[in-house]
Amino acid sequence: MSTAAPDLRYVYAVTRPFDGVPPEGVRGISGQPPKLVRHGDLVAVVDPVPAADFEEGPLKARLEDLDWLAATARAHDAVIAALATVTCPVPLRLATVCRDDSGVRRLLEEGGERFERALTRLDGRLEWGVKVYAEQPAPAAGAAPERAPAGGQARGSGRDYLRRRMEARRSREADWGRADALSRRLHAELSAQAEAAALHRPQDAKLSGVPGVNVLNAAYLVDRARGQEFADLVQGYAEEGVQVRLTGPWVPYSFAGIGDEEQPVGGGAEPAAGGAQSSAGGAEPEPGPSAEPTAGGAVPAAGAGDRGGDGAGPEAVRG
Amino acid sequence: MTMPAPRPSASMAYQPDGGGANLADILERVLDKGVVIAGDIKINLLDIELLTIKLRLVVASVERAKEMGIDWWESDPSLSSRARQGELARENAELQRRIAELEERAELEERNA
Repeated sequence: MSTAAPDLRYVYAVTRPFDGVPPEGVRGISGQPPKLVRHGDLVAVVDPVPAADFEEGPLKARLEDLDWLAATARAHDAVIAALATVTCPVPLRLATVCRDDSGVRRLLEEGGERFERALTRLDGRLEWGVKVYAEQPAPAAGAAPERAPAGGQARGSGRDYLRRRMEARRSREADWGRADALSRRLHAELSAQAEAAALHRPQDAKLSGVPGVNVLNAAYLVDRARGQEFADLVQGYAEEGVQVRLTGPWVPYSFAGIGDEEQPVGGGAEPAAGGAQSSAGGAEPEPGPSAEPTAGGAVPAAGAGDRGGDGAGPEAVRG
Repeated sequence: MTMPAPRPSASMAYQPDGGGANLADILERVLDKGVVIAGDIKINLLDIELLTIKLRLVVASVERAKEMGIDWWESDPSLSSRARQGELARENAELQRRIAELEERAELEERNA
């Protein structure tokens, strides 16, 4: 690979033409302010990035490096978040890279219709993330203490051991049950209030750094003006042994791709809200805390999607 | 609960320190979501080993564990399935030993009574 290779173009997002420039102070992956490439009625927000990092071979290797990936993901998000303060950006997936500006124009040309649809659907809306955690039982009730007395043949130690195991199990199951029930109620109500909802896979504590078991990991598309109202609604949900966390507002990442695959044009907003209400009305359990393996699915519209995950939820633990 | 004040028109409020968003929150959005359109550099993110190992398997293991009714998160945070199986087997053996011990004792008490 030649070190003199010309820079490539990293594309963060697509927007409609907007007044002015990207917000001041925003630095992209390159450390420079992002640039705009206009084609017709669309604008791509791009950054010249070194081929040494972003050419196919090196990029693949770089993506394996969690530190590099994390830094790139944060920079990607920072640029898009900043754009959201001045316009409605349609976020592209991480590491969308073209050779040069004409490649970028080609991308805008080819994706024109999809971008237009996404821009219409997402304009004026933001995403809120809501996660529900079943708090981890205190370690004292768990495995640690009963191994120690194994040597000491104190009378009744076996019985105590079993009793402790049972109690730990019961307490955990109670927490699971509460977290599960709360997730279902919360998801039904939030779906009814949002224009669309999506389920993400539950997060693992190793990556998220959050203690407890992630039962629900959902995203909701909400009108900008109703953000506070929505956040207040989430705040009302709390219960012993269960933690509810709100993140956002996010650029509507989780809803940018909808309509490309599973939904017909314009299938985003209205039918979704209707679907959410109808499913919220029924007592039927539906959030499926362990979300779909892949897409996570557009929940209210694709009701079938989350049902699949349902059986794998806390139910299975109780059984 | 973390509750960032929504600032729809200011810069987004989900900084890692303030908004409660963690790396997983960001990665699941920028890697899994967003419009997928091919640039000139072809990379299939699904092929990336890291995603498989660090994200997909790790997350899937939570689901798989739940399906199996395994409570590994209670004891050993190790995510290796082998370690989990070892742990379970050990626990199982320990339980059986305890039960045998109890039964023996109960029998003894009965005989002494």
